[in-house]
Amino acid sequence: MLRSLFRPLTDRRAERMLGATAVSVVLVIVAMIVFIAIEAWPSFQHNGLSWFGSGKDVDAELGAMVNAGADPSGDAYQLRAWPLLYATALTTVLAVGLGVFIAVLASIFIVELAPPRVRSIVVPVVRLLAAVPSVVYGLIGILVLVPFVNDHLINEGQRESVSYVITLNGPGLLVSVVLLTLMITPIMISIVVDALTAVPRGWREGALALGVTRWRAVMSVSVRAIRPAIVAAAVLASARALGEAIMLSMVSGSKGFSPQPWDGLIFLFEPLRPLAATIAEQSEGIAAPALKSSIYAMALVLLVSSLFLSIGGSLIKRRLRLGTAR
Amino acid sequence: MAEFPPPVRRISSEQAPNVVDPATRQEIPEPIARALAPSYGPERLRIDEVSIHYAGSARPAVNRVTLPVRQGEVLALIGPSGCGKTTLLRSLNRLVELTPGATRDGRILLDGDDIDQLEITRLRRRVSMIFQQPNPFPMSIFDNVAYAIREQAMRRPGKAVLQPRVEKALRRAGLWDEVADDLGRPALRLSGGQQQRLCIARALAVEPDVLLMDEPCSALDPISTGVVEELIHELRQNLAIVIVTHNLAQARRVGDHVAFMYLGDLVEYAPTEELFTNPRADRTRDYVQGAFG
Amino acid sequence: MSVPVGPGGRRSRRDRLLGELRLWRPLDLIGVGAAWLVGILLVLVAASLLIYMGYRGLQYVNLDLLFSRPQPGSDQSQTGGILDPIVGTLMIIVIATAIALPLAVGAALWIVEYGKPRWLARVVESGIEVIAGAPSIAIAIFGLAIFQLPMFSWASFSAADGGGVFGRSFIAAGTVMSLIAVPSIFATTREALQSVPRHVREASYGLGKTRWATIRRVLLPTVRPDIATGTALGMGRIAGDTAIIVLLLGATLQLQAGTDIPGIGTLQGTGSTLTSYVYNNSPTGEGNAPEKAYAAAFVLMLLIIALNVLVAFIGRRRAGNDLPR
Repeated sequence: MLRSLFRPLTDRRAERMLGATAVSVVLVIVAMIVFIAIEAWPSFQHNGLSWFGSGKDVDAELGAMVNAGADPSGDAYQLRAWPLLYATALTTVLAVGLGVFIAVLASIFIVELAPPRVRSIVVPVVRLLAAVPSVVYGLIGILVLVPFVNDHLINEGQRESVSYVITLNGPGLLVSVVLLTLMITPIMISIVVDALTAVPRGWREGALALGVTRWRAVMSVSVRAIRPAIVAAAVLASARALGEAIMLSMVSGSKGFSPQPWDGLIFLFEPLRPLAATIAEQSEGIAAPALKSSIYAMALVLLVSSLFLSIGGSLIKRRLRLGTAR
Repeated sequence: MAEFPPPVRRISSEQAPNVVDPATRQEIPEPIARALAPSYGPERLRIDEVSIHYAGSARPAVNRVTLPVRQGEVLALIGPSGCGKTTLLRSLNRLVELTPGATRDGRILLDGDDIDQLEITRLRRRVSMIFQQPNPFPMSIFDNVAYAIREQAMRRPGKAVLQPRVEKALRRAGLWDEVADDLGRPALRLSGGQQQRLCIARALAVEPDVLLMDEPCSALDPISTGVVEELIHELRQNLAIVIVTHNLAQARRVGDHVAFMYLGDLVEYAPTEELFTNPRADRTRDYVQGAFG
Repeated sequence: MSVPVGPGGRRSRRDRLLGELRLWRPLDLIGVGAAWLVGILLVLVAASLLIYMGYRGLQYVNLDLLFSRPQPGSDQSQTGGILDPIVGTLMIIVIATAIALPLAVGAALWIVEYGKPRWLARVVESGIEVIAGAPSIAIAIFGLAIFQLPMFSWASFSAADGGGVFGRSFIAAGTVMSLIAVPSIFATTREALQSVPRHVREASYGLGKTRWATIRRVLLPTVRPDIATGTALGMGRIAGDTAIIVLLLGATLQLQAGTDIPGIGTLQGTGSTLTSYVYNNSPTGEGNAPEKAYAAAFVLMLLIIALNVLVAFIGRRRAGNDLPR
């Protein structure tokens, strides 16, 4: 038995062995979805579709779950997660919207405009920004940006106008979106730069040879041709953004509140807390069954959305067909 | 076309192309002024002592070449691969500058103006280029032809302005009858020959003075090649055309003058029939007779 | 370049530039300006981040801090050093890489060299894309569900009264963390394998070697630098991940053995890494010791930068753009 392990592998056995490792990766994902779904079931069962609704104080509900103890009644499962869902969607959409804009410009800069020496600085910089751990962004956020926002951007009038609902003391939408944008933009830049460099040389030179200015050549041919890649970049970055937990739990203000755009400038300073950050923070109390189920329900929502985004993104990316012209 | 460009140098009224024997690197003294009789209209483009170096290569890719290009004629550049003919062509509208490490010496005059003194975009509007591989953009036929008109304009012109110009360009390129029924078709669905003629129409739409063609038929089948050659023949009435080709028969069919280049040197420049029937340099004779290639 | 004295006369650089700009639409000029601005801004942001972290790091890091163990306490001067988080980070990296490497390389080999049936290969590829996009917090919470199963009681420790399995330990965190590293190792390995020309394989088959022998003797040595790159990238992601540590390592300040078995007991026990240390010592965490958090974040950044330099160093021989993916 042991000796057979050390015999040189026959081809068929090698294929089976490698195939098994590959399949095991898939099994892990299936197990992940199944396990999380099983644990999440009680929460969805007790709340039905109103799980996604609004109307109650999320933070109070989560607190009640902890207090409900080891053998909670059905009422303890009550959860209206809308503010958390809204916060996730809001931060993701704002960060990705801002990020796409920055990423396309930065990619054009890297591929088309920057002199080689400048490019050799910008490329490592983008790589570095992508490699910085989220907790470091969070630390800078909470210790530098949040005090700055609190001291210089929020005035007393704004603070008082909402003091009966929330405290404005720095952490909130603005800092969250700024840092989230910084975190996901490098991912998008990478995808867009790859696509831009893959644009056939013939198209670029063809446009230039027609007496079109450099910028118009880039915008009307290259950027036009790589639109699928830009969409894919945005989609894949959304998957990353909505799963960011640690940084957002540090700078979001950690309150189950829905910032309202019609509040004007205050909107930017209002605290919130996305799903992922909620999971990270509430995981301490996971011993309480009601809370545990709610947390797994949130994780399921996140996992399923990121799953669709990842698969959708890579499908769109595959649609990028740059002709045969060289 | 009354305006002749002023003389470039005072050595002679029109300096002869510097014909070099590649074996000895001596200039061939034989006067060839007779080849330069201005029978084709005014000189539009003059290549004057142009050398092009690529970084990392000891030999210049193009070595002190002087050539005239006249209105209403087709100048064919021939020579074995690697002889610098494409590099020379790409330097005429400064596309060679896109290649990192390429440097050019000498002057190129467009209607007497040094092209380095022109705005690069303005230069390329006057000196347009057709590439070896047809490179229509991934848009409709109409949008391809209208592309340069739209993108050159300061403000996007409306369809009413574009329609007649697109039709005229397509007619000149001999493509109108084939595509008129559906201009909204994606250009990439056309056949190779049609794509190349579309590229020609795209260049003609903004009415350049000089048309550069880099082996425009090498990716095409014989029938399409015939159509494109016919087209070149007609176009030269209003344009100066420089065509690079490795196909000697084609050079003979479409060229009015032929310049033979070898390893960066201009070996011989002569009216087409003369170069093919009575070459002066041995190297040229060997090449046109197929001894090497 | 020879001095041009064309009959058209000389124009100054400025004239030519202005002439060129007159051919540009105003909106396009704004576009170019914005692109430059974004490029410069990215550099400025990264530079200020590095300078600030470097300044704070040098302010608070000293040898004593690096080599003393953390202590509980509310006064920053009394909370000791960051030895345990450093050791914890290294342990997690080693465990996770050891699991991820064979898994990812095996999967990549199978996809490229065998890849049949086709549908299964496609499922595996999508599966790895899904892992790459899955929130690490979701992966973490899945790990918690798994390692709290009674069948995994050996991986951590159980409550003394025979209650539930704790589910948090180095084994648990390292195993789950390996999933984070799989996509990058898989992607670089697959790309490298695909770029090995067909004739290399055919030459090997022509010599009578089997597929597996070809893989071991020809392909793996060829793609080794790429595997190393992917691994270094994956290590960077492991070192930088916080969510899995917070949920699955227990985030105790010191390494606490789970059982009395020497060595293995530590693996079964809890601890912290630099990321969880920073998280817990930030104002939002329980510790609230900014100085210690800065110091740990500085060390973490050094580690990440070192890994990136390593990638660049290996990558010098590899083609392609080395932007993050």
